[in-house]
Amino acid sequence: MEGLIYTVLALSVLGVVCALILYLVAQKFRVVEDPRIDEVEKMLPGANCGGCGYAGCRQFAAKAVEADDLSAQFCPVGGAETMKRIGDFLGKSAPEREPMVAVLRCNGSCAHRPAITRYDGAPSCAVESATYAGETGCPFGCLGQGDCVAVCNFGALSMDPETGLPVVDQAKCTGCGACVRQCPKQLFELRRKGLKDRRVYVACRNRDKGAVARKACEVACIGCGKCVRACPFEAITLGDNLAYIDYNKCRLCRKCVDECPTGAIRAVNFPAPAVRPSGEQGDAQPAPAATQEA
Amino acid sequence: MLKTFPIGGIHPQENKISRACRIETMPLPEVVTIPLSQHIGSPAEAVVSKGMRVLTGQLIGRSTGFVSANVHASVTGTVTAVDTFLDASGVRRTGVTIRTEPDEWAEGIVTDGRIERECSLEPAEIIARIAAAGIVGMGGATFPTHVKLSIPAGKKAEVLIINGVECEPYLTDDYRIMMERGEEVLIGARILARALGVSRILVGIENNKPDAVEALSRLAGVVAPEAEVVPLRVRYPQGSEKHLIAALTGRQVPSGGLPVDVGAVVQNVGTALAVYEAVQKHRPLIERVVTVTGPSLSRQANLRVRIGTPMARLIDYCGGLPADTGKVIAGGPMMGRAVANLEAPIVKGTSALLILPEEQSLRTSPQTCIRCGKCVSVCPMGLEPYLLSRLAEKSVWDEAEAHHVTDCIECGSCSWRCPSALPLLDRIRVGKAEVLRIIRSRKA
Repeated sequence: MEGLIYTVLALSVLGVVCALILYLVAQKFRVVEDPRIDEVEKMLPGANCGGCGYAGCRQFAAKAVEADDLSAQFCPVGGAETMKRIGDFLGKSAPEREPMVAVLRCNGSCAHRPAITRYDGAPSCAVESATYAGETGCPFGCLGQGDCVAVCNFGALSMDPETGLPVVDQAKCTGCGACVRQCPKQLFELRRKGLKDRRVYVACRNRDKGAVARKACEVACIGCGKCVRACPFEAITLGDNLAYIDYNKCRLCRKCVDECPTGAIRAVNFPAPAVRPSGEQGDAQPAPAATQEA
Repeated sequence: MLKTFPIGGIHPQENKISRACRIETMPLPEVVTIPLSQHIGSPAEAVVSKGMRVLTGQLIGRSTGFVSANVHASVTGTVTAVDTFLDASGVRRTGVTIRTEPDEWAEGIVTDGRIERECSLEPAEIIARIAAAGIVGMGGATFPTHVKLSIPAGKKAEVLIINGVECEPYLTDDYRIMMERGEEVLIGARILARALGVSRILVGIENNKPDAVEALSRLAGVVAPEAEVVPLRVRYPQGSEKHLIAALTGRQVPSGGLPVDVGAVVQNVGTALAVYEAVQKHRPLIERVVTVTGPSLSRQANLRVRIGTPMARLIDYCGGLPADTGKVIAGGPMMGRAVANLEAPIVKGTSALLILPEEQSLRTSPQTCIRCGKCVSVCPMGLEPYLLSRLAEKSVWDEAEAHHVTDCIECGSCSWRCPSALPLLDRIRVGKAEVLRIIRSRKA
């Protein structure tokens, strides 16, 4: 009986001493952290994609709590809604930004852009791009090895075996910009999702002279400038034999789409039987109006 | 026991099937396209324009800085374009296109075949002539030779090494140069030694070329008594600058260092020949010897061709592209690059055109790494290729830098040895480029 008492006593004392040590150490090495960081982190999507420019959601939350206002912070995945919630919680004004989506500025599918060489190196765009211009005659176009698909955290990208090009699932794309950074040919661009998800953009990055570009790819932008003249809103600029549509100025009238001789300008998510302004009905219409990107 | 370098290395099948072919001078092509950047460093700047008539050996591109090289017209004719063209990788570069006429040599160039043994010029004058002639490393690295000869302050060259190793399978251009132009090579070596102020010349030749070792040893006794010809054990990549220094002198170039850090300067035999022609004959670098070879090619050859000749002309001259061709490689099978555009010109660094049949050229599909460590044991730089490849694949640049990815000489021994056929070097090369870019941006 006595042995039992001593045992219990000794263990209890030992427990108290250990607890005391743990308590003192915890006090000594305590890291004071704003509890709001945890709360903000919970509001974030938790994808740790880096789309905000910080190394993960936790760092974003810490910076958001620290900052005077949220004008420099934006979580592209959570979007305006999440930012508003964080802003309300922290009592800071949150930025209003329109949702963005990644678009592929290349339409050089297998049919449009035949291969003239065969690549049998490592299946990686980074490697292929470092090795040579690519399998087709266009040194600017998609290499089709799918580095973008591998880097997408949201499963929004997939390779289309038919065209050999990646396809953006606009429902899943959060506009984090990982693919934009990954693509060695800089083919992805974050563009405004647009009214009813409608977008008009030049699906080409070929800066070669028109004849050269056209020879390499049927749907290349040849830098003819017809779209520039057709645009009533001065949204289109031409540089290095390549047109670019500024999505802030574009009003989605699609005059350029009708004008483009090669069909390099794509209009997505417009209703199929397009209501065209009377008059011009281009004979070589590539019918981009019905293209669904999703 | 023959000398060689200490760690790693492989011995691929030699396949020197064009070794018996004497150097032939190829007829002038109808058109040449001479790139303004055929060297490491900043591109040259065009000094001719469309419509101008140029003479053979006339300057058409002026070097734009210290690490840069002059470019000369390799033929006489009319400039038809100073514009972009597609290079062998299908990438657009700037070059001068000339429609060829019969040769008229630019003033001052001596075209007789008489051998001039004596050179009593000052080192500075020799280096100036080499720079003016636009000479770059002819082994393939194309580093401007005058830069290599300008020893940085505080360092001292003690030995000049002439690289006659030619460790790549198939290549025979250096071998033919040593056999047929050995005397000029040795005079060129003496001139280089004079420019460097060194009195010791080592000529490294692998022992699979015993006739070249013998021929040069005999000639050395006559024209260059300070030169010693050293036979080396056959082992790839012995022709690498660092490995040749290790094989011949036992010294190791420190990581990130230059050969001159251990007192050595290495020049290829082709470069030595070009130096001879530039200094003794005032002849700029406008032609080179190119091995055209392949198991199913109808005729093997070592051709003396003008810079800027389209690759396709050389293949036509050797009987045309065989029907079973899978790949045309500019350079050797280990370090050469597959050609995507046969109309691309021969440049100063093109040592060979290797035409491989389909079944020999396509890669086997990669399997998973079985952790056998063979890549580590063959790496001549003592690196861990399996790890570097993985780090590059996952974009872990800081780790890749810590594991010395920048020391990789891209010899391809790891990929050659890998039993799982992994594209190790492909990925390491990307990693090396990215890490070098990061290091540069950090310095800036």
